[in-house]
This record gives sequence, structure tokens and C-alpha cells, in this order.
Amino acid sequence: MTLTDELFAKNTVKLDSKIPDGPVADKWDNYKENMKLVNPNNKRKFKVIVVGTGLAGASAAATLAELGYQVDAFTFHDSARRAHSIAAQGGINGAKNYKGDGDSVHRLFYDTVKGGDFRAREANVHRLAQVSVDIIDQMVAQGVPFAREYGGLLDNRSFGGAQVSRTFYARGQTGQQLLLGAYQQFSRQVGLGGISLYNRSELIDIVVIDGRASGIVVRDLVTGEITSHAAHAVVLATGGYGNAFFLSTNAMACNVTAAWRAHRKGALFANPCYTQIHPTCIPQSDDSQSKLTLMSESLRNDGRVWVPVNPNETRPAHEVPEEERDYYLERLYPSFGNLAPRDISSRAAKRAVDKGQGVGPKKNGVYLDFSEAIERLGHDVVQERYGNLFEMYERIAGENPYETPMRIYPASHYTMGGLWVDYELQTNIPGLYAAGEANFSDHGANRLGASALMQGLADGYFVLPYTIGNGLAPLLNKPMPGIDHPEFKAAEDAARNRYNAYLAINGTKSPDYFHRELGKIIWDYCGMERTEEGLKKALELLPALYQEFKTDLRVTGSGDDMNQTLEKAGRVDDFFQLGMLMCRDALDRKESCGGHFRAEYQTDEGEALRDDVNYCHVAAWQWGGDPMTPNLNVEPLEFEAVHLATRSYK
Amino acid sequence: MSNHLKNITLRIWRQAGPAAKGNFETHVVDEITDEASFLEMLDILNDKLVTEGKEAVVFDHDCREGICGTCSLMIDGQAHGPQRGTATCQLHMRQFKSNDTITIEPWRASAFPIIKDLMVDRSAFDRIIESGGYITADTGGAPDANLIPIPKVIADAAMDSAECIGCGACVAACPNGAANLFTGAKIAHLSRLPQGQAERYSRVESMVETMDDHFGSCTSHGECEAACPKEISIDVIALMNKDFRKAKFANRKDLARK
Repeated sequence: MTLTDELFAKNTVKLDSKIPDGPVADKWDNYKENMKLVNPNNKRKFKVIVVGTGLAGASAAATLAELGYQVDAFTFHDSARRAHSIAAQGGINGAKNYKGDGDSVHRLFYDTVKGGDFRAREANVHRLAQVSVDIIDQMVAQGVPFAREYGGLLDNRSFGGAQVSRTFYARGQTGQQLLLGAYQQFSRQVGLGGISLYNRSELIDIVVIDGRASGIVVRDLVTGEITSHAAHAVVLATGGYGNAFFLSTNAMACNVTAAWRAHRKGALFANPCYTQIHPTCIPQSDDSQSKLTLMSESLRNDGRVWVPVNPNETRPAHEVPEEERDYYLERLYPSFGNLAPRDISSRAAKRAVDKGQGVGPKKNGVYLDFSEAIERLGHDVVQERYGNLFEMYERIAGENPYETPMRIYPASHYTMGGLWVDYELQTNIPGLYAAGEANFSDHGANRLGASALMQGLADGYFVLPYTIGNGLAPLLNKPMPGIDHPEFKAAEDAARNRYNAYLAINGTKSPDYFHRELGKIIWDYCGMERTEEGLKKALELLPALYQEFKTDLRVTGSGDDMNQTLEKAGRVDDFFQLGMLMCRDALDRKESCGGHFRAEYQTDEGEALRDDVNYCHVAAWQWGGDPMTPNLNVEPLEFEAVHLATRSYK
Repeated sequence: MSNHLKNITLRIWRQAGPAAKGNFETHVVDEITDEASFLEMLDILNDKLVTEGKEAVVFDHDCREGICGTCSLMIDGQAHGPQRGTATCQLHMRQFKSNDTITIEPWRASAFPIIKDLMVDRSAFDRIIESGGYITADTGGAPDANLIPIPKVIADAAMDSAECIGCGACVAACPNGAANLFTGAKIAHLSRLPQGQAERYSRVESMVETMDDHFGSCTSHGECEAACPKEISIDVIALMNKDFRKAKFANRKDLARK
């Protein structure tokens, strides 16, 4: 009996992934042919709450409103356009095969499953690859100004983990252009009355009545007022939890609160230890730094990564002769070279820096060098491709990358883990859905570049509008609890007490202080390389620091107006609880896969060593009343269309 | 290598709420590295204020990569500070010297009421987009993306104006508090593309009218272009005006046909 079977027998929650019948390529069509529909005239009788207005949230809200559902959309930003999808730089994958280089839906599907180190659900990934082509069509129809060739057709570039060019891009601002496209479509529905928009409103609880998600409780960030909102279905499109590390490429306000509050109300949290550390970020320059900035992976199309062979090298980069440079990605992974996947590239950079070969004043980076590209393509072509990224680098690092190689180092960037969802993107709480980075479903243990934008839009445009209808159809004309139900009142009171409690501690340290310290622990012990010893240590340090947070936190101001310190306190509280679960999940997964690298489980060559007999499963955690005592549930992963293989990019 | 800046005096606008009377408050930041960003300097100040039991200064910020458009701030009277083509979050302290006095204010425009301290309400921008800043293309049924070739120069020009981050610096810099650069940028983006032609004239008419409901009028000062962190060209305003004039005729003709 394998460990997966043993754990599965002990599940406390019935996990039905609802994967449709048929061969993997037919499942989505089979689903659509058999799903229940809601008559166009009846759609307006249903209210759907969408939380978050990034790619997944904005596209879902806009599409649901177009179909005729009443949509209430919530964002904690001042405008729906600010969501962090906007910061994605490089591009979006689509299996269009416009380059005629052998791409296909199946190849994108296979690359994604393999890139995720065979820890994603096959059926979901195949659907993602199928709808990727529709996304490109939809976004072009909306006026997204993708890069084009001189003949007027769309241009493509390559991204890590793929040997075809399938990435569509808009300069270095693809996320911005796609989000603005979705935001405009969303805004059209706000103007037409299909969407009611609640801005500067933060979700602080989910209300579950008789086992079904019935609405949410939100805090108006401007007035501090706490209100309830009821609906037939609730969609959480609230992003990932990369800010648990404090220093990350996420925006300052990104947080786990919505997903975590759902988790505490019974939703399972899957694979929290699958976090992506992106290889190309600007290294930390000083201790007061608040965030790290990503340099798009697309730079690795033309930039070459290297470190000096000699750890004591003091000469500037251009004076180091070729034979004294180690182009380690090209050396170790000749067939993918500088475009090796993110987890692999990050670990290789860490090893170079750990060996003392790091560059820069703090010796905490590796070079990303464009001199060969500038020689080959000319300054103008390089500027055309990467100009805005080069400018951004210069503004932050104070060095000109046309002359001096960039310095880069890995940083927390994306989280593959998230709320457990079935094939319909519904959590184990009926009526509660999770989309985009907030769910766990498509990227396994490692996400490939240019796939986050693809997944967000796939979920919002082409999956949820169908699956939500299937869930709502049986509810037609059935009475639903309204906000006068005592559960709403109870949730409001609990939330109010929670925020008042932060104000009442009156200790000595700010929420930022605790966030920074928390982040250090998670980075040190649950970052790029994890060990049993380190994780056990983190599980001692975290509860102790959390105790200090509860007794020595200081939040100034009041709960009755705009108070960013108070907002932060609530988010840091939830990060603490999540942090403990991340470490626990990492400790229990005694194998290495994708972004989860356990030093004890590696090949002789230092690559991740999976254990497919015992760990080919999703670890979905149930809240156990205390962050240190979660209950493990597993969903075994079955592969029909691909064969489990050792991932090789050599 | 990083240097340390000493003794920076900050004159910061504090205002308890929309209706409250505001005033400048002075704080000194003793020591900070020039590698720090401007907003990190405010983080350090806020951390100190909270530890001392005082209320933190409220300001809008999020991505800190110059793309989300959440950050604002008039720094020494300039929207987003002294560095051209740079949003406040990308401004670094190496632009300043020890012993400098820096004045920090919120965007000042009647269309952007102050919420608290340095934070303003820019939702009037959303109202403009809601009134027509889109191409109507409901989800599903879009033709193949390569069906309509778009010349590279056209796509590039559309992208130039699509880069607007909606921060509001153009309005804050304008002596009239006009939003013509913001509105013009969206109109130029959409009306340059073949997909945007069907709604070209109805779009410009309704967006300009919504803009006029909220914002002041443009008198071609050009301050907006100078303040724009994305360096969007004032040409978009000329294009918008031209289309608006045409729309008045085109739309009338369409109506006459009905």
C-alpha cells in the first residue's frame, strides 16, 4: 500500500474532482455538452459575487454580466485596473502555432504538465491548453495591442521550458495590456449596470450557511464600515500568497486573507509549499527594501547568464575574459540553455552565489549579459525588444545594462498552491469558486513562464461562465438566505472584534516589523531549498513570533476611517497562519518536485528527485481549529495521457 | 556603492478626512541610503511613527514597479517628483542630497477629492472609461487573431498611448485640472486600431462628455505631457479633438438616417 493510498483512506473530507468522462482531449467538450444551462431570462435572478478584479476576476465578472447574471464585484484597490496582474511583463502563451514550429494544444498541455513536474491535474491542464487559443482571439478583438511583425501579423517569443515560440506579448507590459483589456470590458458592464462595483472594499470573511457559500463580509477601507453581501455564488479571484516571504515581486497589498478566511470556513488549501522563486529579479540592495523587482524572463531569450569562475574576482564584468566565465545554464542544460525552467534556473543561481561566485557589492547576484546580443542584433533591436525593462533596471540599480551586465537573483514571485478546486473550479464548499492564482489547479509544482496570464483569463473567460451556470441551474427559484440571516450578523461581529483586538493590543512593534521577521523565517527555511531540520525549526520559530505578534503589536489610529496600519495587521495575521501551513506541507512532502526542493531528495547531479509511488498526490489541508494542527486530505493524481518521467532539460 | 543621506526634512500634508482642514507636518529622517526608494523612505518614517504611537501617513501605493498607477504625490510641486518619465514608486533617494527639505502633497484637483493625508479619490477616471473606453467584444465568438493584419507602425502607435497607467499626474499637473491626456490616450489607443473603428465616433463623444462632467478644460499648457510617467505625447489630445469634432457631424448623420 502506498503512502498516497494510506493517506487517502484517512481523508476527513470527500474530495470529488469531478473530472468528466472520456479521453483527456474530449473531456471539456463532454462537460459542456452535458452541463445544465440557465435560461437567458432566468440568469438575472442569480447574483454572483466576484472578489478581486485582476485578470481572472475582471474577465469572470465581465463575462457573467454579459450573460445576464447580476454581478457584485469587490476590489480593495481604488480602481479595478490596479490589480497585480498588471505587473506581468513577459507574455501569454497560446497554442496557435502561428510560427509553424510544431506547436499544438497537446504540446502546450504536455509542456505544462512536465513543467509542473507531474504534480498538476491532467484534465484541468488540457482544458487550459485548449482555451489558450480562444484567449488570444478574444484579447485581440478587444484591442490589446500585441506586438506585430512588419506584415501586420502577430509576433511571438519563446519562454522557459518550451522549445516552440508561442508567447504573445505587448512590449514588456503584457500583463498591463491584458488587464486593461479585461478592465475595459468590465467597465463597460459597470456602465451598463450589469456589475455593481465596490472599490476600496476588502473581504474579511466568507459566510457559509447549511454547507453552502452564501455571501461575504467586507470592510470599507475608507470608512471602516463592515457590511454583509449575499449571493448565489461567490468567486474568489484574489491572487497568490507570495508576500508571505515579505520580500517578493508581488505588489505591497497582495495578501492571502480572502483565501485564508475561506480556508478557516472549511475550504481546503492545496499544496501550500509549491511556491515559485523567479530566477531573474534585481538583487536586494539594502535592509530597508520593501519589495523586489522582477526582470522579465523574456530577457533570457537574448541575455546570457554567467558568473566568474573565480570566487575572488574583483574586475568589472567586461574585463573578465571568456574562459574565466561560467555560463552555467548553457553548460548544465545545453538543450534549453538560458531558457531552462524557473525552478531549475533559480536553484542554479543560488548554488553559484552560495559557492561565493556571486557578483555585485553584496555578492548576491549573477550576471545577465546582453553584450553578445547587442553585437549580434545591434543596439536598436535590443532596445526595441527590451528597452523599457532596461530603463526600469537603470532606475532601480543605477547602472546601464547596455554597458554593464544586469545583476539578477531569484525572488518569490508566484504561488502554485492555493484553494483546492474541482474541475469546475469550485472549492469543497458548494457555491464557493476560486480562479486564477488563488486556486491550485493548473501549474503543479512549478509554473512555466507566460502561463499565469493564460490561466487567469482561461478561468475567468472560458471556464467559470460555464461551470457556474451548471452550479446555479438547480437553484432556480429556491429561497436563499439573505443578509438578515444570523450567520451574517455573527460573521460581522467576529470580524469587528478581530480588528478591534489589533487596536487594543497597544504593544511596541508595527505590523511591518512582524511581516519582515515572518518573511525572513519563511525565506530561510521554506524558500529555494528546504530540509527537515530547517522546517522543524521554522515550525518552532513561527508560533513563537506569532505569540509575540498577538501580545506586542502596535496599531495606531482607529477602526473608523482609512487606516493602512490596521489593514496590514489583519493581512500579517493571516500570513502567520498560512506560513505555518506552508512549512508543515513542505515538511510532510518527503520528495523534491518543481519549486519544492528538499535537500534530502536529490539526484547525484543535484536535480529534484520525485517519489511518484508515495507523493503523486495533491495535499489538501483542512483547517483544524489551530494553525499548527491542520488535517491532511489527499487527492491522488492519475495520469492517462502523459507518462510520468524524470524532467530533463539537458 | 550606496551612500547615506542624512538629515532630510519632510514637509508632509496631513488631512484627517475629506472635509477636514489640512496642514503641513514636519518630520526629519535622520539617515537613509540612496539605494532606498522614495516610498521606502516613507515606510521608514511610518514605521517610526507607529512605534512612537502616532498615526502613519496615509498614501496610495502598490506595485512599486511603476505600472499599476496607484502611487501619486506632488513632490516639491512636481507630480511624481523631479525625475522625468518616472512614477513616484520608481523614484530613488539618489535623486536627493543630505539636508534637503522635501515638500510632499497629494494630487490637488477638484475631481480628485482628498480621502486622507496624501490619498485622493480618482474614481472619476473609471467613470470616463465606463462611458466608452472599450471595444465592445463580448466573450466568445471572436474571429481568429491573425484575421486582420495590423501594420506594425499602427500597433506600435496604439501601444504608445495604451501605456497610460491612469495615475492622475496629468490632472494634478494641469492648472485647470483637465483630464485630456488621460482621455485622449485611451481614445488614441482604440481609434487607431481597426477593431476600434465601429465605435470610434460614439466612443469619443461619450467619453469627452463624461470627462467634461468631472474635470476642467484643456488650454494646451502641456504640463500633462511633462508630468506623465509614461511620457505619453500630447498629440493624443489633438487626435481626440479632431475625432470629437468629426463625431459631432458623423453621429448627427447616423441619427438622421434612423
